[in-house]
Amino acid sequence: MGTIERPLPTPEAEALLGLTGELAANELAPRASEAEAEGRFPREVFRVLGRAGLLGLPYPEEYGGGGQPYEVYLQVIEELSRAWLTVGLGVSVHTLACFPLAIRGTDGQRRRWLRDMLGGELLGAYCLSEPQSGSDAAALRTRAVRDDEGYLVNGTKAWITHAGEADFYTLMARTGEEGPEGISCFHVPGDAPGLRAAPPERKMGMTASPTAQLIFTDVRLRADRLVGEEGAGYSVALSALESGRLGIAACAVGLAQAALDAAVAYARQRQQFDQSIIEFQGIGFLLADIATAVEASRSLYLAAARRRDAGRPFGPQAAMAKLFASDTAMRVTTDAVQVLGGYGYVQDFPVERYLREAKMLQIVEGTNQIQRMVIARYLGKG
Amino acid sequence: MNIVVCVKQVPDTWAERKLRSEDKTLDRESVDGVINELDEYAIEESLRIKEAHDGEVTVLTMGPEKAAESIRKALSMGADKAVHLVDDALHGSDVLQTSYAMAQVLRKIGFDVVILGSESTDARMGALAAMLAERLGVAQLSLANKVEIDGGTIRTQRVADYGFDRVEASLPAVVSVVEKINEPRYPSFKGIMAAKKKPVDKLGVADADIDAAKVGLTGAATEVVDFVAAPPREKGTIVKDEGDGGQKVAEFLASKKFI
Ligand SMILES: Cc1cc2nc3c(=O)[nH]c(=O)nc-3n(C[C@H](O)[C@H](O)[C@H](O)COP(=O)(O)OP(=O)(O)OC[C@H]3O[C@@H](n4cnc5c(N)ncnc54)[C@H](O)[C@@H]3O)c2cc1C
Repeated sequence: MGTIERPLPTPEAEALLGLTGELAANELAPRASEAEAEGRFPREVFRVLGRAGLLGLPYPEEYGGGGQPYEVYLQVIEELSRAWLTVGLGVSVHTLACFPLAIRGTDGQRRRWLRDMLGGELLGAYCLSEPQSGSDAAALRTRAVRDDEGYLVNGTKAWITHAGEADFYTLMARTGEEGPEGISCFHVPGDAPGLRAAPPERKMGMTASPTAQLIFTDVRLRADRLVGEEGAGYSVALSALESGRLGIAACAVGLAQAALDAAVAYARQRQQFDQSIIEFQGIGFLLADIATAVEASRSLYLAAARRRDAGRPFGPQAAMAKLFASDTAMRVTTDAVQVLGGYGYVQDFPVERYLREAKMLQIVEGTNQIQRMVIARYLGKG
Repeated sequence: MNIVVCVKQVPDTWAERKLRSEDKTLDRESVDGVINELDEYAIEESLRIKEAHDGEVTVLTMGPEKAAESIRKALSMGADKAVHLVDDALHGSDVLQTSYAMAQVLRKIGFDVVILGSESTDARMGALAAMLAERLGVAQLSLANKVEIDGGTIRTQRVADYGFDRVEASLPAVVSVVEKINEPRYPSFKGIMAAKKKPVDKLGVADADIDAAKVGLTGAATEVVDFVAAPPREKGTIVKDEGDGGQKVAEFLASKKFI
C-alpha cells in the first residue's frame, strides 16, 4: 500500500494521518480478508482505534473529541476504509451516532454521556430505518409514548449497523402525530431491558459488519434520554445524515483506492504475450480512467468538507460527493475484477470482495436515487 | 520513581542500508529512521512501571538531530520528557564509547531504573546494558521478559535456552528487555499533540561532562576496515519434474546440508 500524498492543513493532521496509516497497515489490513470470510465483527480493532483517539475526531476536545475539521477526519475514514471497509464504515457510523447528542444535547447530557461516547471504549449505532420505511424515513412507526416516568418505546428498527454490538443506540422514534414533525431523537443504552437484536442479515458483502433488526419491546427510557426537543428528531436525523454522507463518500474513495492499488499491482506483474498487461492500451487506459475517477471523487468530498469546515451550507455538495464517489467505487471495483481476469473472480484476491462491498455504498445513508433527488430539489429551488 | 528508557533511532529494518564511503559508518541520513524495535518494548515497559508505581519516564537518546523524530514518538506514547545527547563529536562512537557517554548523562540526570532493548537492529552488539551497569556500578538484569518492582527490589525473568532464570536485585538497576515482554501501545492522537509540549533537553558532550577525546570515530576501539555490498540475490533454481523431481529436490536440500 503506497502512501497517498495529501495536502493537510496542520502538522497535527500530518501526525494523525501517519498514525492512521500505521494502524491501518498493522491492525486492519492483515485481518480484513479472513474476518470477512468468517463474518467476524472486529470489536477489538475498534477498541484499538478508540484508544488511539480515532472514535471522536470531529467533535470538540472539551468533550474528549479530537477537534479536527471534516477535511482531516474524512481522510482518516478514507485510509481506514482502504485497509478495511467494515472498520472505516463502522467509524463513520459511530461518528454519525454521536452527532445528535454532540450538536443538540444539553450541557448536562454532553457532560454525562458524550465524553464516554467519544472516549474510544464505546461503540454507537444509528437507528432510523425500519422494515416499512427506508427512503421514506419520515414514515417510521416505532413509538415512544410519554408517561410520568419518561418514555415507553415499542417497535422494530431495520438494517442497523452494529445492532447487537453497540454500547449505545441513537434512536428516531415517533412521539407525536404522523409525518416528520412527530419524530424525536433518543440516546438509548445498549443494555436497556426489552431491547434485543435479531440475528444479523445475511448480506452479499460487508459480512464482518453486523446489520440487523433492533426490536424494542416496552423499553423504558428516562425523560432525560430525549435528545433535543420533542418533534425535532427528524431534522437532527437529516443533518446528521448530511455529514454522514461525507463519511460514506470517504469510505467509497478508500475502497476504490484499494481496488486501484490491487489492479495496478497486478497489471504491472502479470505477463501475457511476453509483456506486462499494463502495457496493453486496453488495460492501461482502463487503469488511467479508474485513477482519474478516484482522484475526482476525493477532490469532491474534500471540497464539500471544506465548505462544511468554513461554516457554509454543504448539503447538496455532500449529496454529490456521496453519489459520485459510491458510483465510482462500484465502477472501479468492477473494472478491477476485469483487470485481474479469472483471478479477479476468485476469493484468493480481494477485488471480488471489494465489488460486493461497493454495492452497499450506493444504498446506505440515502440511496443514490435519493441523493439525486436532493441535488435536483436544490437546483429546482433556483 | 525515576525511570529512564534508552531509545535509539535505527534505519528502517526494511529499507536498504548503506555504509558511507568516506568514513565507513552507517548512513543514517538517506534512510527513514525508526525507533529500534526492541526499544519500543522498553518504552512500553517503562510506561507500565510508571502506571503501576507512579513516577516519571525520561527518554534518553544519543544520536544525530534526526533522532528527534524517534524521541517525539516515544513522548507521544506517554513518556514525560527527554534528554537528547547530540554532538558531532559523538559521530562514529563504538559501543564502549557510547556506554561511557550515556553513563555520564545517566549520572547527571539520576535514575532508579534504566530500561533498554537488549540489542539494536543496526549494530547488534547487545552489550550496551552490561556496559552501562558496569560503568554505573549498579546491577544488570538482562534479557528480561518480565519485570516486577516491589519497593526497592526489582525482579525479572531472564530468558534462556532452557527456559528462564529468576533474577533479583536492589534498585537502582539497568534492565534490558526482549520482545516477548509486552505488546507496545500505539501513540494516541492526544499523545501526539501533547508530545509537542513535552520538554526535550538537548545536551552536547560538554554539558554532560563527556571528555570529547574519549568518544567519536578516531578513538573507537573497533574499526571497519573494509566493506563490500552484499551480492544481489541469485536467481532461484527451478526444478522441472520429469519423474525425478522428488529426488532432485532431495539432492538440493542435501547439498545445502538441510537433510
Ligand atoms: C448494509 C446496510 C447497512 C445499513 N445501516 C443502516 C443503519 O446503520 N441505520 C439505518 O437507519 N439504516 C441503515 N441501512 C438502511 C439504509 O439506509 C436503507 O436501506 C436505505 O435508506 C434504503 O431504504 P430501503 O432499503 O427501505 O429501500 P426503499 O426505500 O424501499 O428503496 C427501494 C428502491 O426504490 C428507490 N426509491 C425510493 N424512493 C424513491 C424516490 N422518491 N425516487 C426514486 N427512487 C426511489 C430507492 O432508491 C431504491 O432503489 C443500512 C442498509 C444496508 C444495506
